[in-house]
Amino acid sequence: MAEAGGTLAAYRALLGAQARAQTAYRTSFVIDLLGNVGATVFDVVTVLVLYGVTRELGGFTLRETLVMVGLTAFAFAVADLLVGNIERLPRYVRTGLFDAVLLRPLGALPQLLLMDLPLRKVSRGLFGLAVWVTALAGAGIEWTPSRVALAVVAPLAAVVFFGSVFVATATVSFFWVESGELANSVTYGGRDFASYPVTVFAGWFRAAFAYGLGFAFVSYQPALALLGRADPLGLPAWAGWAAPGVALVALAGASLTWRVGVRHYRSTGS
Amino acid sequence: MSLVIDARGLRKEFTVRVKAGRLRRERRSVVAVDGVDLRIERGEMLGYIGPNGAGKSTTLKMLTGVLTPSAGQARVCGLLPVPQRARLARGIGVVFGQRSQLWWDLPLRDSFDLLRHVYRVPAAEHAARLRRCRGLLDLDGFLDIPVRQLSLGQRMRGELTAALLHGPQVLFLDEPTIGLDVVSKQAVRGFLAELGRAGDTTLVLTTHDLADIERLCHRLVVIDHGRVVHDGTIAELHRRYGSRRLVVAELDAALVTPLTLPGAPLQRVEADGRRLVYALESAGVAEVVAGLAGLTTLRDLSILEPDIEDVVARLYRTPARSG
Repeated sequence: MAEAGGTLAAYRALLGAQARAQTAYRTSFVIDLLGNVGATVFDVVTVLVLYGVTRELGGFTLRETLVMVGLTAFAFAVADLLVGNIERLPRYVRTGLFDAVLLRPLGALPQLLLMDLPLRKVSRGLFGLAVWVTALAGAGIEWTPSRVALAVVAPLAAVVFFGSVFVATATVSFFWVESGELANSVTYGGRDFASYPVTVFAGWFRAAFAYGLGFAFVSYQPALALLGRADPLGLPAWAGWAAPGVALVALAGASLTWRVGVRHYRSTGS
Repeated sequence: MSLVIDARGLRKEFTVRVKAGRLRRERRSVVAVDGVDLRIERGEMLGYIGPNGAGKSTTLKMLTGVLTPSAGQARVCGLLPVPQRARLARGIGVVFGQRSQLWWDLPLRDSFDLLRHVYRVPAAEHAARLRRCRGLLDLDGFLDIPVRQLSLGQRMRGELTAALLHGPQVLFLDEPTIGLDVVSKQAVRGFLAELGRAGDTTLVLTTHDLADIERLCHRLVVIDHGRVVHDGTIAELHRRYGSRRLVVAELDAALVTPLTLPGAPLQRVEADGRRLVYALESAGVAEVVAGLAGLTTLRDLSILEPDIEDVVARLYRTPARSG
């Protein structure tokens, strides 16, 4: 108990240092905060524009699709805030920060994340939350206790899922230095995929992203359960509740990948 | 006998991809450390030297839990470095000359305070150690300056302090004097010597600067191509490989016949006979000075330490080495 409390205090101290360093220049921090909303706004606008030319996408109306957009935007923004910077792993290796972190009596991954936490991205998470709440309010959902629970659990599971994807894809750079583009195509590609009903996509692409990598269970399936719609692709109703399980599997996969990656770590120079 | 470090057959192999043809790349394996045995007792001060690429840093990284050995085993403070990395971190301090443990954007003082939380050091202990380092390393002038604005010498004094605030049993130093000016070098060496005198900290030091070793270490381990080629005292090394210190004597006027001394053969005569260079074998500096002073006036006298790269190069060429 005292052990865990001490570790927590240590992480809190690291976070505090990071906050002080980042907010030292107040004006530029505020500008960063505002600028960071931009990307998420753009995602929502894209969907609105699409529905300007069509009434339905893959059999779903704008109000229904916005539930998926809101869930994905919110969860991805939070995951990006918390663990997104792990995509800088190759830089941490190059500058020796990774060595420094391994020499301290704390977990390497939490240290890296806290020492480089992009606080300016908080604004994106807040905007994502606003989109999520608005979408839920506007979708005409018949609220039951279980749906309320799902509305809370689904974004949390999605945060864990997206976070795991960030870590697992970044870890590939331990083995293969030029893996950045591949990692991006899975993380950002996955986010875009999860913003739309999977019925929009087809063939091997849908199979790979939706079921192979599990992105369908993050946003599309919980949205179906909230809206009370059956899956046009025939998955049973419980699939709407599979998100936490899928997130845990992703988490286990990511932590295994990370551990193997650290074992293969080669450091640099002297 | 209490071994603080016990490494047996430590080996590290890297695979590198080498271009072979336009698109093809071949995987080739490079052995950085090739079966190193190292037993270090509590309180020892060990110099670990070798030419660039000999495997010094790689060994240190395996002993500190940063790199996983390809083969062999190491125990440091009784712990296995990689599986018990976090626990080991509390027992060791590490200074990498070309890496930093400090927070770049924060004042030095804040880094020290953060490390107290990271290592969970009781406030009183932390304050006592910091006070000692402030005195010995003269930190007071720059404690409130962000690390990125410190000079290399100031930063290195900060790094040393950072590595010691949790009271480690073993201090690993990877080229701690690299790039430092003479004054800073002396400050760092003096501090480490003081630490060694106290006797409870074990020190493992890699360096290219033989003066570091001579000042600080009794025992010297030399590695080359990933293997230990010498493990013993510095005197033993010089005896074994015939590396000698040189005495350079500047004279007011050239001697008709340069002095010859038993135990200190004349190496060179320069500057029209006004500069004589003797190699010290069994004779000491005093005998050379006494011999010359009887014949002429000495204008200047300097002693040249044997160059470490030179010693190691000689070592590598020695045919007695097996394998």
